[in-house]
Amino acid sequence: MAALTDLTIAAARRGLAAKEFSARDLTQAHVDAMAKARGLNAFITETPAQALEMAGESDRRLAEGDAGALEGIPLAIKDLFCTKGVQTTAGSKILTGFVPPYESTVSQNLWNAGAVMLGKTNLDEFAMGSSNMTSAFGGVKNPWRRKGEARDLVPGGSSGGSAAAVAARIAMGATATDTGGSIRQPAAFCGVVGIKPTYGRCSRWGIVAFASSLDQAGPITRDVHDAAIMMRAMASYDAKDSTSVPRDVPDYEAALGKSIKGLRFGIPREYRLDGMSPEIEKLWEQGIAWLREAGAEPVDISLPHTKYALPTYYIVAPAEASSNLARYDGVRFGLRVPGNSIEELYENTRGAGFGAEVRRRILIGTYVLSAGYYDAYYLKAQQVRALIARDFTEAYKRCDVILTPTAPSAAFAMGEKMDDPVAMYLNDVFTVTVNLAGLPGISLPAGLSNEGLPLGLQLIGRAFDEETLFTVSHVLERAAGFTARPGA
Amino acid sequence: MSLDKATVARVATLARIKVPDSDLDKMAGELQGIMSWIEQLQEVDTSGVEPMSSVVEHVLNQRTDKVTDGGYADAVTVNSADRVQLGDGAFFVVPKVIE
Repeated sequence: MAALTDLTIAAARRGLAAKEFSARDLTQAHVDAMAKARGLNAFITETPAQALEMAGESDRRLAEGDAGALEGIPLAIKDLFCTKGVQTTAGSKILTGFVPPYESTVSQNLWNAGAVMLGKTNLDEFAMGSSNMTSAFGGVKNPWRRKGEARDLVPGGSSGGSAAAVAARIAMGATATDTGGSIRQPAAFCGVVGIKPTYGRCSRWGIVAFASSLDQAGPITRDVHDAAIMMRAMASYDAKDSTSVPRDVPDYEAALGKSIKGLRFGIPREYRLDGMSPEIEKLWEQGIAWLREAGAEPVDISLPHTKYALPTYYIVAPAEASSNLARYDGVRFGLRVPGNSIEELYENTRGAGFGAEVRRRILIGTYVLSAGYYDAYYLKAQQVRALIARDFTEAYKRCDVILTPTAPSAAFAMGEKMDDPVAMYLNDVFTVTVNLAGLPGISLPAGLSNEGLPLGLQLIGRAFDEETLFTVSHVLERAAGFTARPGA
Repeated sequence: MSLDKATVARVATLARIKVPDSDLDKMAGELQGIMSWIEQLQEVDTSGVEPMSSVVEHVLNQRTDKVTDGGYADAVTVNSADRVQLGDGAFFVVPKVIE
């Protein structure tokens, strides 16, 4: 039999139902893997005792024939989700000592489905980054390495710990969040599957807020089927999040295995960047060929405002962040650095508690919202955002889904791109448009670079049409037959 | 538009973030770099375009205006670095704000 840590969620579910192993066996195998892979720095907090206790409960429910959809499945939780009684850091020093007295809706949904929590995964501070290098708890190592090279690579970000934990077979799946690409880019860098659903599909309640009009939770898993299982369990309508959308959650597994004959998939010409890496271009061509062979029809489409998406994002997201992060004032939770006045207490706490990237974004956000600049920057960005969303509406008159690369490169080395913020921001060039328009997007591993690193393809869907994403990505996954595994 | 040292210091004060004087020059350079990259938005013709603040198309959910939550000051204050229990209430402690 395969090692328990190699099983997919779907296979583990079958094994548990057939009593081939217990939930405790399954969790113990992952707890051991977590301890062994500590060098990756994928977890900020490990909760092995809680995991085994939850697994025991799962065994009881399995025996009673009362199993949930994720009964006994060990998962990792991005440390941006508040977990009752378990420290939640958001990767920041400023939340030192914060133990939430409540549970986020998404994680609660998972526990209600019977899932087991292994621990809380590392991330860029407040989810601001594309490398995991901005975490106050140190960077995460990608379990993949370049062929014949010992240099450590980044797992991408901001959900780098989640992607690394799933790729390294420490967790069967992990929660993640995506504000500009933070699920899809690390999934691509680590050779796993990540889906950002439509804005409003998953409740944001209890998730540490970064940019509220863009933030959305989703799963990272090892294959598309597992993503469908986990997505269904995470999604729900939640009255506690005013932007949560009251719609039934479909059975995403039912979308797998359907034919895509006659489906039209758009190829946005603006995504062919000048100086794009030939291997990314080749992978994209390959993806087009795979879908064509399955009976789908490529359509040339135009998303004319693509080049303005990142600059728009770097006004909208910091503006929202500067407001959301105002709550870290040293008074209510986390770090407090004393001062002689309340203002000094605020300034000292925030000066000491925020890292360089977070500070940078709060300052940009404060600047673009300040008197005299609001119209020139913030209002302008909201208008361009409307045009970006309109681009997609127009495109979807001619196609059902859009195929693009996930990221402009494979994983880079730890320490690279650190001295130029804008160069780091460009990682999200293919993913950020999706957040601005509130659409669903999935990344799946589709091939290896010349250096032996995973590369991802992205599918973008219509709002609330995750089912088409699952159908099409399942077809691509079968065609790609990606079986490579990280060596580290 | 230029983001000089004085502007960064002013914005840092607005954001209530203490920035050591020695960091201001470097930060001004970084922020200026980001803002000049963002400047390309000015070339987009947005006349008559309604600004988009939310992608959610449905009307935000409404509920009756009544208290549905609360009554647990202990849980609210439990994570504070400095709090005090007075009688039945739990309070945050801060430096004196009224002379």
